[in-house]
Amino acid sequence: MGRVMSLRETYRLRLRRKRYRLRAMRKGRQLTSIADRTGRIAPDDLLVFTTLRNERIRLPFFLDYYREKGVGHFLIVDNGSDDGSAEYLAEQPDVSLWRTDHSYKAAHYGVDWLNRLQMRFGHGHWTLVVDPDEFFVYPFCDTRPIQALTDWLDASGQRSFSAMLIDMYPKGPLDVETYAEGQDPLEIASWFDGGNYMISRNPLYHNLWIQGGPRARTFFAERPNAAPSLNKIPLVKWRREYVYLQSTHMLLPRGLNEVYDTVGGEMTSGALLHAKFLSTLADKAEEELERKQHYAGSREYRAYHDHLKDRTVLWTKWSEKYINWRQLEILGLMSKGNWA
Amino acid sequence: MSVGFIMLVHTALDRAAQVARHWATSGCPVVIHADRTVEDDAFSDFCASLADLDNVRFSQARRRCEWGTWGIVGATIDAAELMLDAFPKVGHVYLASGSCLPLRPVPELAAYLAERPRTDFIESVTIEDVAWSKGGFDHERFSLRFPFSFKRHRLLFDRFVDLQRRLGLTRRLPDGMVPHLGSQWWCLTRRTLTAILKDDRRAEYDRFFKRVWIPDESYFQSLVRLHAKRIESRSLTLSKFDHQGKPHTFYDDHLQLLRRSDCFVARKIWPRADKLYSSFLSNDPKVTKNAEPNPGKIDRLFASAADIRVRGRSGLYMQSRFPLNDRDNGRSTGPYSVFEGFSDLFEGFETWLNKATGCRVHGHLYGPDRAEFAGREPVYNGCLSDSAKLRDYNPCGFLTNLVWSTRGERQCFMFGPQDNQYPTDFMVGDPNAQISVITGAWAIGLYRTNITSEVIRKEAARLQRIEQAHVAILRAHWAKARIRIWTLAEFIESPMDNTQEILNEISLGPTRRLTEAPRLTDLSGFGQFLQQLKNEGMNLHMAGDFPTGTGATPMNMVQKRPYLVK
Repeated sequence: MGRVMSLRETYRLRLRRKRYRLRAMRKGRQLTSIADRTGRIAPDDLLVFTTLRNERIRLPFFLDYYREKGVGHFLIVDNGSDDGSAEYLAEQPDVSLWRTDHSYKAAHYGVDWLNRLQMRFGHGHWTLVVDPDEFFVYPFCDTRPIQALTDWLDASGQRSFSAMLIDMYPKGPLDVETYAEGQDPLEIASWFDGGNYMISRNPLYHNLWIQGGPRARTFFAERPNAAPSLNKIPLVKWRREYVYLQSTHMLLPRGLNEVYDTVGGEMTSGALLHAKFLSTLADKAEEELERKQHYAGSREYRAYHDHLKDRTVLWTKWSEKYINWRQLEILGLMSKGNWA
Repeated sequence: MSVGFIMLVHTALDRAAQVARHWATSGCPVVIHADRTVEDDAFSDFCASLADLDNVRFSQARRRCEWGTWGIVGATIDAAELMLDAFPKVGHVYLASGSCLPLRPVPELAAYLAERPRTDFIESVTIEDVAWSKGGFDHERFSLRFPFSFKRHRLLFDRFVDLQRRLGLTRRLPDGMVPHLGSQWWCLTRRTLTAILKDDRRAEYDRFFKRVWIPDESYFQSLVRLHAKRIESRSLTLSKFDHQGKPHTFYDDHLQLLRRSDCFVARKIWPRADKLYSSFLSNDPKVTKNAEPNPGKIDRLFASAADIRVRGRSGLYMQSRFPLNDRDNGRSTGPYSVFEGFSDLFEGFETWLNKATGCRVHGHLYGPDRAEFAGREPVYNGCLSDSAKLRDYNPCGFLTNLVWSTRGERQCFMFGPQDNQYPTDFMVGDPNAQISVITGAWAIGLYRTNITSEVIRKEAARLQRIEQAHVAILRAHWAKARIRIWTLAEFIESPMDNTQEILNEISLGPTRRLTEAPRLTDLSGFGQFLQQLKNEGMNLHMAGDFPTGTGATPMNMVQKRPYLVK
């Protein structure tokens, strides 16, 4: 009986994956190529995929951060920026750029667009899907490039790699320090919550569902269920039949979501330092509220908007100041696993 | 006499060429076998890059060296024969791979070997002594046949092994040969290697080993026992395997560790570890060796990595460690204490407990309005929030988070029937929990509220039902926590003895005798209160047989028996 159920479930997930692929193909037609440098992608290049809108000020640091970590090419969808992001990106020698003015929401919050690009260009590559405010850290990231990690994952037969989102915030109200172009945003947003994360396991997709951190405690204390998901699997040895379902929170086939040990051991994992809470958030919240293009009626941005008016401080005396990945590992937020 | 190197290469040819050049220019002949999967263009480029060196040769027949198969041994034999024929001055032959890196200057290795001209360095142990082989094949490596590829035809491989096991098929070992296992990377003398290769029965051995599983770890290791005069059963190559049997890789940040190992060669090196290659490919002893050998450090590093991967940090729940049920080595990180009824019975119990034990003492962490952290802080260690809603969203996670974030400091907290009961099962099944209960003590709080008895009665009945269910779980056969249960009446017969007992368990050091006793709350009239409830039809039995008189039994707050110190 259990077996029949699981066969049915497997089949259902297979259909869902196919549907997502078809969707990606359809929504992919909304993309117009602005700068196509994909011919320069080398066979073993690590690829970054990003969707963005009006992130011009963040882009120089973002690109340099990942270049330094060994990324070979950036494939970026610009969703109707009007702040010069597109022009800036189109000039970069290692960026391929697409533009669309279609609805972010209708494209599964950008997932369909990136699924399409990954299907076309990601096959056989290690792909990293990150937003311009997400900074990937992993064990030994201060001494080894990302390829050291992906080579090791290859040798271990691992196809995907977990990196939970850690919300970073400044010590005072967000508007005290202004972010300047090219600056490391973690210099301002250098604090985080060390240990208030709630985890449960999704019985269908087998991914862990992680919530918590400053957003849960400040904006969603009355509605924990609505607190943003922090589980992420951004690094995957891509094959064209794979799809992301919801941001990078989960994938199909679901085996890719099994990035954790269930019998007590620790698998290797990293983190995405999320430098969202900067002076730039106020304008963003204003704009996104108007556009209503974000998840669940943009409830997140509504919450930010309300709290920003009161100059909410996310910092507490128990906040941790970010030092390096070893600190995250000691706090139990990520793990070296058996990579030594 | 000198040492010659055999190199088996299949990827990162540029690095292999770099190392081959280093050895060759240091006066050591090199014979290279490149895997058949290396493309012809790449292979000819590779050959051309070393063409200027007259002591570098290439095996002409390129075999497919698939892991676990004969190809690797075949390639080694070809290269060894070429080496012995082409370089008659070679005294020792060192088997290495394309991802090996010399850690010490070649002259040091040559001198070391020259001092031991008759010694073969090859790890070679009998099957019974092997602790490292993975996958359950020890004897079966030799007694079964393995015609199918493990990597490409896994299903066939497994099925065929099963079939042979079921049919009880085995095969005979060649007469006189005792199977030995050991690291693939050896250094043999010309004499021994020649004897192995020129053995009259070699055809028979080869036939046998072609169907052995992972013959590169047993062919030379077994045959050397038939010919060698002096075997030093260890590999000169530093090569460590993880718990999956996969070799550990060395990166630039291992530079100091490698410098301190006293090994001559290490593998595997990550091909892009520029610093390692530029540092070690030198024959200047000052460059390569500037620290005291300390090979144990590498072992410890990898052993701790394996431990993290296999056992993990107990009580930690995170993105890559999420133990399901009890298949874990611990539900929580460390011991904690739960006190039920104590803060009702004693005045200022939390403060007193904190003074008496030095532990962190919280109020009702699972209280209905908020999590009452010590000092009633709104946010606590790890930025845990005191919001009841957030806590109740994942009550067990709340507890494991708190215990994890405060590791090293014991947490104590109050608990009672007013609180969220959800974590009960979790705590009762947790050996780290110490749960001490005075049942019915919560009624003291009701007694002092002076609310109309109708409301009180209902509330008392409700709380009693909850506590009853709670105590039933505490008494479950699967309980693993350290649990003590008294009724209120029992407890107040000798409150200090009972409290001392709990405290003795908490304090790790020499047990401190309680100097200051906690103050019992005034219980005069409480017996009457219970009787009154009873008269109205509500029997508060969880409190035990409480005397009905005007007040509680007069209590002796001085300890009856002095505790012996030591």
